[in-house]
Formats: sequence, C-alpha cells, structure tokens
Amino acid sequence: MSNAMKSVAIAGAVTAALGAHATGANAAENVKCYGVSLAGENDCKAGAGTTCAGTSTVDYQGNAWTLVESGTCESDSPVLAKSGEEVDLPGDRMGSLEELSRDLPS
Amino acid sequence: MSVSQSDFHAALLDSAAPVPSGLRDGNGRAAGNRFSVYRNNVAVSLTEALEVNFPAVRKLIGEKKFRAMAGIFLRQHPPEAPMISQYGTEMPDFLKTFQPLAHIGYLPDVARLELALRQSYHAADATPVDPAILGTMAPEALMGAHLDLAPALRLLRSDWPVHGIWSYKMEPGAPKAVHEPQNVLILRPDFDPRMTVISNAAVAFLQGLLDGTSLGTAHDRGIAVDPDFDLAHILGLLIGGKAITNIITGES
Repeated sequence: MSNAMKSVAIAGAVTAALGAHATGANAAENVKCYGVSLAGENDCKAGAGTTCAGTSTVDYQGNAWTLVESGTCESDSPVLAKSGEEVDLPGDRMGSLEELSRDLPS
Repeated sequence: MSVSQSDFHAALLDSAAPVPSGLRDGNGRAAGNRFSVYRNNVAVSLTEALEVNFPAVRKLIGEKKFRAMAGIFLRQHPPEAPMISQYGTEMPDFLKTFQPLAHIGYLPDVARLELALRQSYHAADATPVDPAILGTMAPEALMGAHLDLAPALRLLRSDWPVHGIWSYKMEPGAPKAVHEPQNVLILRPDFDPRMTVISNAAVAFLQGLLDGTSLGTAHDRGIAVDPDFDLAHILGLLIGGKAITNIITGES
C-alpha cells in the first residue's frame, strides 16, 4: 500500500470511529445510586481494604452504591448499568444520589 | 532482652515457630498466646484480602482450596506495599508453579486479569482529549500523529478464553466460555474498568501506540498481523473509553 493510500485508509477509519462515537453519544451515562443493591452485589472493584467492593451486607443498604443509568436512580425502579435490568425496590424505597440512613447493617 | 524485628517477622509467618523469646508487653509480661493470636490474625486478614482481590480465582477453585492456597501464598509473598488493595501482584506467577493447581492451566491468566482490573481501577485519572480533533486533521498529519493513552488502560494477551472464564464466574447469566484465545483491553471511561475482547491485530496496533510509534506505524503493525485489521473499531473503543489523552502531531 502506498503512503497516500494508507493515509486515506487511516483518515477513513478515524471518520468512521468518530461517526460511531457521535451516534453512540446518546448511550446512557451512569451514576452512583445508593440504597438499591442486593447484599454483596454492590459495585466497585477497588479491592481489599477499601470500603466498597461487595461489602454491602443487607439488601438495599443505604450507604452502598451501585452504578445505574442516569435519570433512573431516584425512583422505585432504577436501571442497573451492568445488566440494563430494572430493579424493583420493595416497599416505598427509592434510590438516592446521596447516602441514605435506611437499611444499614446492625 | 528484646526481640529483633527479623525474628519477629520470621515467627509471624511460620505458625509452627515458637513465640520469639524476649517478647514482652509494657508491663514486662511475656507475650505468650497473645503473639499466637496476632499471628493468626495476620494470616486470616491476608487470606481475606486475597479473597476480595481474586474473586474469580476463588470461585473457580472453591472456597476451601482457595484458603489453603492463600495460606501458602501469603507466607511466601507477604505484602510489600502498605496498600492492601494492591496485595497479590505475585499471584499469577505463583499459580503457574503451584503444583496442586497446575492442572488448571488458565488460572494464572484469570488472576492476571483480576490484577489488571484492580490496577486499572487505581490508576491515575487522565483527561481525555476531544476526539473531534482527529477529524479535523489532514490524512498525512494523522499518519504521523502519536497518541498518548490513559494510565488506566491495560492490555492482556491470553492463550485461554480468559474473559469468557472470568465473566462466566462473575456475571450472572453469562454464557460458558468458548475455547479460543482471548486478548482483553481494559479501559476506564468513568468509575469502573470495562473489558473488551480484541483481536491479535488490535493488540499489535495498541502495542505500537504504547511503544510510542505513530498512528501510521501502529496501523502497519496491525495490518502485518491481519490484512483485514479493523482500525475504525479499535479507535472507536479508545474514543468511547475516553482513553486518548493527548494527540501529538509531528513527522511520521
């Protein structure tokens, strides 16, 4: 391949990549949402000695967060970023962008 | 009489060793069983740290075997850094030579993946460049451009379906791994590292960028592995993963 052909190929790939990125821009942004994860299933891959990884010990623990799609957190049915599944929070629970004082481990 | 730090350290990692003689508390009383309690707590807490740090390895071999393995590992490789979240960097190499688990060939690579995910998580933040800049560059300038990549980027080559094995164990409902070698690209666009399986050609291209070669040369490396190398796809991953942190234009 000549240099000219190569540079055209690369420029084409860049255009394609940028185009795909632009159309994918609507893809949901994620936010940290408190009080919606099941015990032991909160997100965060920080590792041992940190305060997050899988450390929630009760369901819907108020001070444990998990990533959900932006705009769905403060409701009774946040959408998990990981799986795209909707969580059906029991009772009158709602997710929160801030830590909650409900459902704390005793 | 006091006990030397090296005696203390040696006795700490050997449960069969006697309590170091001369070890006394502030009131001059012998340490006795209190040292043994402490010694046990060190081993238990390091084992628990390894359980958190290598969840997929643990699920693959089971709770009991993992604890037994961890007991041997932690005595050969006590922590070298004060951050316990970083503990276990020697695990992949250890597993390679650990006879009782040697029949599980993919285990060291799964440990490598878990380590890479954690390192990516803790890597420094970097502001991505506006990818639109790439679109404004002339084809010749693009060829000669160098791209800096985010510190959180990790590249892992494996002869095993390492991503498939990991996700089968870690993600509910994930399919069983298919038998194929897998390379994994780890990017961290937001808070958490994300994995994508990429081709050998894409690995060669990325390695080129990481080596500091120009976009044109890195592209050549990808083509050399596979004439059908899909540059747009891997560039799309880098852009979407907010992994391009600088574009340096210059001679190719």
